[in-house]
Amino acid sequence: MVQITYRDALRQALIDAMEADERVVVIGEEVGRYGGAYGVTKGLIDTFGGDRLIDTPISEPAIIGAAVGAAMTGLRPVAELMYVDFLGMTMDQLTNQAAKIRYMFGGQIGVPMVLRTQGGTGRSAGAQHSQSLEAWVMHMPGLRLVMPATAEDAYHLLRHALTMPDPVVFIEHKALYTRKEEADLTTAKRPWGKAAVRREGQDVVIVTYSRQVHYALEAAEALAKDGIEATVIDLRTLNPLDMETVIEHVEKIGRVAVVSEGPMTAGVAAELAARITEECFDFLHDPVIRIAGEDIPISVSQELEAGSVPSPALIGDAVRRLLS
Amino acid sequence: MTDTRPSASPSASNADLLGLYRTMRRIRTFEERVGELFVRGLSAGSMLHLSIGEESAAAGVASAMRPEDTFTTHHRGHGIFLARGADPSRMMAEIAGKETGYCAGKGGSMHIADMALGHLGANAIVGGGIPAVVGAGLSAKRLKTGSVSLAFFGDGAMGQGILYESMNMAALWELPVLFVCINNQYGMGTRVDQATRNEAFDERARAFGLQGAMVDGNDVEAVAATAKDLVDAARAGKPGFLAISCYRFFGHARMDKSPYRAEEEELAGRQRDPVKIARAALLERGLAPGSALDALDTEIAAEMDATIDFAAASPAPPLASMFRDVFAVGEPEPEPVRTRLDRVLSKEIR
Ligand SMILES: Cc1ncc(C[n+]2csc(CCOP(=O)(O)OP(=O)(O)O)c2C)c(N)n1
Ligand SMILES: [Mg+2]
Repeated sequence: MVQITYRDALRQALIDAMEADERVVVIGEEVGRYGGAYGVTKGLIDTFGGDRLIDTPISEPAIIGAAVGAAMTGLRPVAELMYVDFLGMTMDQLTNQAAKIRYMFGGQIGVPMVLRTQGGTGRSAGAQHSQSLEAWVMHMPGLRLVMPATAEDAYHLLRHALTMPDPVVFIEHKALYTRKEEADLTTAKRPWGKAAVRREGQDVVIVTYSRQVHYALEAAEALAKDGIEATVIDLRTLNPLDMETVIEHVEKIGRVAVVSEGPMTAGVAAELAARITEECFDFLHDPVIRIAGEDIPISVSQELEAGSVPSPALIGDAVRRLLS
Repeated sequence: MTDTRPSASPSASNADLLGLYRTMRRIRTFEERVGELFVRGLSAGSMLHLSIGEESAAAGVASAMRPEDTFTTHHRGHGIFLARGADPSRMMAEIAGKETGYCAGKGGSMHIADMALGHLGANAIVGGGIPAVVGAGLSAKRLKTGSVSLAFFGDGAMGQGILYESMNMAALWELPVLFVCINNQYGMGTRVDQATRNEAFDERARAFGLQGAMVDGNDVEAVAATAKDLVDAARAGKPGFLAISCYRFFGHARMDKSPYRAEEEELAGRQRDPVKIARAALLERGLAPGSALDALDTEIAAEMDATIDFAAASPAPPLASMFRDVFAVGEPEPEPVRTRLDRVLSKEIR
């Protein structure tokens, strides 16, 4: 066990992966000399050199497209998008190229690349640097999607992503980089596509991922003071999606809130709610409720920014209402 | 098509060196106050990009514009908007995320916009504001407004494909458009020669059939004169491209201490100070006595001090305002999550 930040765990995963596999290269803006906009690749260029930490011009479509080609021809690229908000610029390369190449070409070849990026609110970064766009990715057949909440998961899921045969979109949360926690970074292979039950309680299941895991746990502690015990499930990967764990707990408890920072409409929470309702209908005492981001852009004002995504208070209030 | 109305912009009404100096000094002082706003913990976040060292680009090009002209800027756009006549207090309030700001606290430093002054918006997507001027040029041409549309962006945007698509269209359709690249030598920590093999950016523009020029930002009069030729040509249907070289005096944003460049380089770079150089030229040519310039500087300092007070005293936007302006006024607003939950959770069927 080590005390490590989310950021350092990610860096360690890259170091270990690059040491273990010569084919791994990191390509993106400011990943080399600068060390990454959020410091994840700091110092890596000193160890691995500019041939493996490849600084690029500000050319997102070509960064992702080049990673696609490199992945098809022998490298294992980690392409970094500085903000998930730039996904829109790269969407053709990601969705029409990376996601479809194996299928379209009849299974001849895959695209074993990782697109690392970060999203979410918390820095007053404004409408174009604070979004949660995971639903776009989750909607697209052919893409894996990882959204770690903890340092330990950040490490193991990134290591695992770099062994996957298909494109993986790996979305970090900008508000988690400085979170420090106990983590076991021993390299024994961990299960992939398996949710983590972060807390167990008999009254309600809260299903979530990424930063909202911590908000849900905070809400659960407050609820416990009122005698309400919540189970909190951290999905870790949205594709593959571990419905088995979710169903197991929902069937036991019968009350569910799904929580997502992204905008509510047609979002991740909507998909989860639909699946839970389909699969667990006879076990539900109440409708599945969605606690999600407002259907609005993110403001620069701290007040509006914080007010437009779920908070521990909102989760707690909604769960209390659900149980009352 | 020619319009001889005098410009509302403070610099363009006085494109002589003293006017340009005044505009640049206002920008410099404003940006220093933005730095102060951050240090005092009053700014909305730390993603504040100061245009210190680049004042000649804003002042010089703005002096060639007319009131009916439109423009977009990159994330380092405070100076350009000030040169176009912005109210610095409303800018500062926006940078603080306050209700009294240009965008009611929704946009922030990287998204200041003001349709009244032709500012079609600052952008936090590198290159994101460029194609809009092609559209604005189309409007101007078709509606015969006589206006030119200018896109301001950094050297980093020279890496974006959308710039080349936009330049090609502007040239093809002979639009009243000017592309203005403010080459401050860096895109974050990447020096311009680490992002391209050919820094002669004007050659790229000429390859598309645009008029292309490069000018040294040390010399604000040269910037103004070159910009005037290009803006006039654009108005006559000959779109152009102008690259202005300068030096980004400080880090990329407020948290960046520029560890990737040597102190000697920074010190040398800061010698390329268009404000200082213009001041020296004013004195040397006897265009203004030192006492008058001191008085002007003092007046500007007081003006800009007041912007912080205004921003600090302004209220945060009310929470309910977050649902406003997703769509046009009068259209239904998105339903708040809390409202929906209240509704769903109070349903009798339970
Ligand atoms: C599409 C896109 N990619 C990356 C970024 C992150 N980023 C913000 S500013 C910047 C550097 C821009 O450099 P330049 O265009 O030269 O403008 P400057 O900051 O020097 O004024 C980068 C990489 C962004 N905002 N948008
Ligand atoms: Mg630059």
